[in-house]
Amino acid sequence: MTEVKDFGRLMQGNEACAEGALAAGTKFFAGYPITPSTEIAEILAEKLPQVGGKFIQMEDEIGGMAAVIGASLTGLKSITATSGPGFSLKQENLGFAVMAEVPCVVVNVQRGGPSTGVPTSPAQGDVMQARWGTHGDHPIIALTPVSVKETYELTIKAFNLSEKFRTPVILLMDEVIGHMRERVQLPKQGEFEVVERKKPQVGPEQYYPYRDDGTGVPPMASFGEGYRHHVTGLVHDETGFPSNKPEMVKKVLDRLHKKISDHLDEIIMAEETNLEDAEVMIFAYGSVARSAKKAVNILRKNGVKAGLFRPITIWPFPSTKLQEHFNRIKKVVVPEMNMGQLVGEVERAAAGKSIVTPLNRYDGELITPVEIVEKVQEVL
Amino acid sequence: MFAQIEEYFRLEKMPHIWCPGCGHGIVLGAMARAIKQLGYDQDKTVVVSGIGCSARASGYLDFNTLHTTHGRALAFATGIKLADPELNIFVVMGDGDCTAIGGNHFIHAARRNIDLNAVVFNNNIYGMTGGQYSPTTPQNKRATTAPYRTIERNFDLAELAKSAGATFVGRGTAYHAKMLTDLIVNGAKNKGFSVVEAISQCPTSYGRRNKMGDPVDMIKWQKEQAVNIKAAGNMTQEQLGDKFLIGVLHQDEAPEYTETYQEIIDRAQGTVKK
Repeated sequence: MTEVKDFGRLMQGNEACAEGALAAGTKFFAGYPITPSTEIAEILAEKLPQVGGKFIQMEDEIGGMAAVIGASLTGLKSITATSGPGFSLKQENLGFAVMAEVPCVVVNVQRGGPSTGVPTSPAQGDVMQARWGTHGDHPIIALTPVSVKETYELTIKAFNLSEKFRTPVILLMDEVIGHMRERVQLPKQGEFEVVERKKPQVGPEQYYPYRDDGTGVPPMASFGEGYRHHVTGLVHDETGFPSNKPEMVKKVLDRLHKKISDHLDEIIMAEETNLEDAEVMIFAYGSVARSAKKAVNILRKNGVKAGLFRPITIWPFPSTKLQEHFNRIKKVVVPEMNMGQLVGEVERAAAGKSIVTPLNRYDGELITPVEIVEKVQEVL
Repeated sequence: MFAQIEEYFRLEKMPHIWCPGCGHGIVLGAMARAIKQLGYDQDKTVVVSGIGCSARASGYLDFNTLHTTHGRALAFATGIKLADPELNIFVVMGDGDCTAIGGNHFIHAARRNIDLNAVVFNNNIYGMTGGQYSPTTPQNKRATTAPYRTIERNFDLAELAKSAGATFVGRGTAYHAKMLTDLIVNGAKNKGFSVVEAISQCPTSYGRRNKMGDPVDMIKWQKEQAVNIKAAGNMTQEQLGDKFLIGVLHQDEAPEYTETYQEIIDRAQGTVKK
């Protein structure tokens, strides 16, 4: 018998997100239709019941986020998907998930804004909303895929980080990544890590739902398992009940931040290309990084030593990783499909050591490799 | 009396935050007695609440308790119930919580006929924020945000629930505490979305401003204004006047959401023919 070669399959970005969620073990989706993310809901509506999971189309975006948190409290890995306007509506309950430490994945396939904006065009205008959209000081994790295959991988990663750190994780896609199709060969089950949330090792009498066990992440019991406890969005002590004692408020907020900031090595991912000898760095993420990669190739062919820094994790921002390069690379170009959002963080990391130049497009069109090449030539 | 339901309370969380004369304690007691009658396993029972005075009820009860965001209790509860249909879920809301900011979730939970037991603590006012008018504040009343009296028409939330598809709708009052317990028991036994509206009094932020007397006067008002639906049939429209009905106001049957969803799973998994 001749061996059948695995050519992979043609897959859309949103489909890869749905498949990645299933591979990570999600059993619950709640959401509301919105372009350009709707395929994620449509695919999961079909596939979740096949694996015994649940899908519900809620009455609004707010309800979608709320139901996802409710389902996660029963122990199910849960996900919702949306785009700009819906992402705005989800913010209050996203903050609830941060405060109550409820794992969940929130996908935002970015489109042009503000407001209803340009529903079918790509943009990267929600970068700061992903960081600061919900009120109050809070940590957040946001990942940005560059390809269909990486969308699959990062969806799994988003679940893993979410379950491990008891925190919502945002998968920040854009319309191009969500809607483009690529041939992909996906890893098989067993070829990637799947993290399950940490359960209490003590009996209900000794269980404190918000007591730090030394890792910063308290073990999480599900509703219905015998560990009756209270969950609230109010600042709470380690029993889960509200407290407004100043020392408790500070303690809780410090722990919420520290459980993320103490594990940056596990959370922060970036791809670095041709940076070793580079005289100029292009800093790009999401679909723009595809153009940036091409721009690096063109520049190299023309004798310009260009390199690419592509943050995969944009929040927490990979400052330290970036700063390693700023001792040597004195020119940085930051192309973004917005009026300049993450460029501010790059400037902050550069702290005057390197000259940071933005390249912005916000007309609903992709930034082309040639535009990046020209900007690089201009700054050199 | 309290001894029978003491096991359901987190006594270390007492005293509660409700004002002297507030009706919410009576309503919460009725709910606890109902759960006692139902004999539910505490570990398999969930109490979800929204935001406001009523919402603090969840913290006082020894079940799996979830104090959510304003108006969203039913949406959180929908996620819990669909994820684990084995759980018995009570959803405590206030009138503003349920019918203003949470109005959309309320009508859609009813439309789905998902097996949740909503208990709406209706004191006709936003109490926790100090007495602003809610969608159930009657017309021509005073509130901090209606210094010249309310001009908006008020919701009949039982009618709203019925029209939206709830399969059990009851109304009781803090005065009719025994009936309230019975209503919550019957609502919980109903396989589907059940709403029990509990008329409660807010002497501090509503009664005082509207010259309704002290808490005892307000309780008496409930007694005098409430007409049992069984008696209402023999009364003329004139006799009914501005009184309100109590008792089981509506009951019917419809497929329950999570049971129907299980059929979807069975079909999708091929255990049942498509």
